[in-house]
Amino acid sequence: MTPPPKMPPKIRIESVTKSFDGATLVLDRINLDIVADTLTCLLGPSGCGKSTLLSMVAGFVQPSRGRVVVDGMEVRKPSADRGIVFQDYALFPWRTALQNVAFGPMIRCVPRQEQITIARRYLGMVGLDAHADKFPGQLSGGMKQRVAIARALANRPSVLLMDEPFGALDAQTREQLQEEMLRIREIERNTILFVTHSITESLFLADRIVVMATRPGAVKEVFEVGLPYPRDRASPRFLDLERQIKKLVREEVLKLGVN
Amino acid sequence: MTLSPASERPAAAALPVALDQAAQRRRERLIGIVLRSASIVGFFVLWYAASLLNAHVWKLFNPVLLPPPHKVLEAGIELTLSGELVRDIGASIYRVVMGFLVAAVLGVGVGTLIGRSRRLEQFLEPPLELLRPIPPLAFLPVLVLWFGIGEMSKVVFIAYAAFFPIFTTTCEGIKFVDVLLIRAAQTLGASEREIFRYVVLPAASPSIITGLRVGFAQCLFVIVAAEFLAADSGLGYLINDARSFFLMSHMLLGAAVIGLIGFVFNTALRRLEARLLRWRVDARSGG
Repeated sequence: MTPPPKMPPKIRIESVTKSFDGATLVLDRINLDIVADTLTCLLGPSGCGKSTLLSMVAGFVQPSRGRVVVDGMEVRKPSADRGIVFQDYALFPWRTALQNVAFGPMIRCVPRQEQITIARRYLGMVGLDAHADKFPGQLSGGMKQRVAIARALANRPSVLLMDEPFGALDAQTREQLQEEMLRIREIERNTILFVTHSITESLFLADRIVVMATRPGAVKEVFEVGLPYPRDRASPRFLDLERQIKKLVREEVLKLGVN
Repeated sequence: MTLSPASERPAAAALPVALDQAAQRRRERLIGIVLRSASIVGFFVLWYAASLLNAHVWKLFNPVLLPPPHKVLEAGIELTLSGELVRDIGASIYRVVMGFLVAAVLGVGVGTLIGRSRRLEQFLEPPLELLRPIPPLAFLPVLVLWFGIGEMSKVVFIAYAAFFPIFTTTCEGIKFVDVLLIRAAQTLGASEREIFRYVVLPAASPSIITGLRVGFAQCLFVIVAAEFLAADSGLGYLINDARSFFLMSHMLLGAAVIGLIGFVFNTALRRLEARLLRWRVDARSGG
């Protein structure tokens, strides 16, 4: 047996293969190590299996072959230590914003008063103190996603999974939430795995960008972004990287053909 | 007069528009009230006219067949004073409520179990699907023979009639909970039990409540028939009894009272529904 490395990765994806109905190969032997406290973006066109990969890290779906290991333990089912934010918010519509955020603490049997304190703190962190008692149906898309982020964070998960979280939002709201995401990250220090198909978004947020190949889904190339935060979306270095990645992604889109 | 700054102009212009809208809304509401009242008044006027014209002018049919509204009112006063009406209303409501409660417990219970388990659904679906299309009334004579003419047969009959709407909607509500909500709860640490309690049940609650409301309406629907066949009290008995004595006004009174009870209960249940599902109403009107 080989000696273990000095710093084991937070998340290790070991030759993960996924096929549906034993036929359609969605992901082909993905290998990926994700270091603690980093923000990694899985970038690729729709249909490259990036969301499926995220679902496997979350524990919703099992790999056909290979395994996902978090903190040295193989992932077999969802856990409160791996929080998730979905594109479609998935807020509980019958609970107010505050009650949504308090859901995790409630499940952990935190005393009632403390649940509220925690929920208020995280709602405050996403700037929604004033809307604590509103139901999701009364909130805009951006506000709903803020609640969903606060809800995921309130459990203090060490891993935060984000599945195209800003995909349904308008451009202004998206940029605003990206900036807040970075600010919150400084406070919370989760290991973040972020799925997106926006090159600009991945370049603005990520320490590392994993560009995915399609049909079957595979790791095409990994970029260490290395630009200091906060990043200027119009800086020459940013634009240069954007061009490089765009070229890679375009190759994959072309492979998909007209759809 | 001084020139107002350009920035004030839109606000000044917006005010009359807002007033206009408020006035328009008031007018709409007023028209609504007038139309609704007019239809009720019109209904009674027509009834009166038909009854009186037939009795005194045209004599198209036996006037006994269509008494004027005030005769029905008189019958109501007479039966209220004698205590019969209150007794019959009480008896009918008691049976409806008892039957409904049994149906609610069984319908929600069985609906939840079957909604949760595909195996159980496969097992129980055939008999339930065979029973469902049979009108409850078809079983009434059988139930009377089984359970006698006491309260039991009526309660069982009403429970049976209300069971299917409650069961069906509960089952659908439980089955079609958004999988993302369940996944969200899983990643927040919820166990199977907690997911059922905090996600599945509330997510299914709109369907369940709708089912309960429809089930209750069904109870009121069938109570009269049950009391026609075998009862010595209740509004159905009142109608059937009046038929034997050709008391047209009593028969119409019985029908009117059932209508009123249905209206009151339905309004109350809708209010309750709106209150319990406040989040859903908000979602519909909110922006």
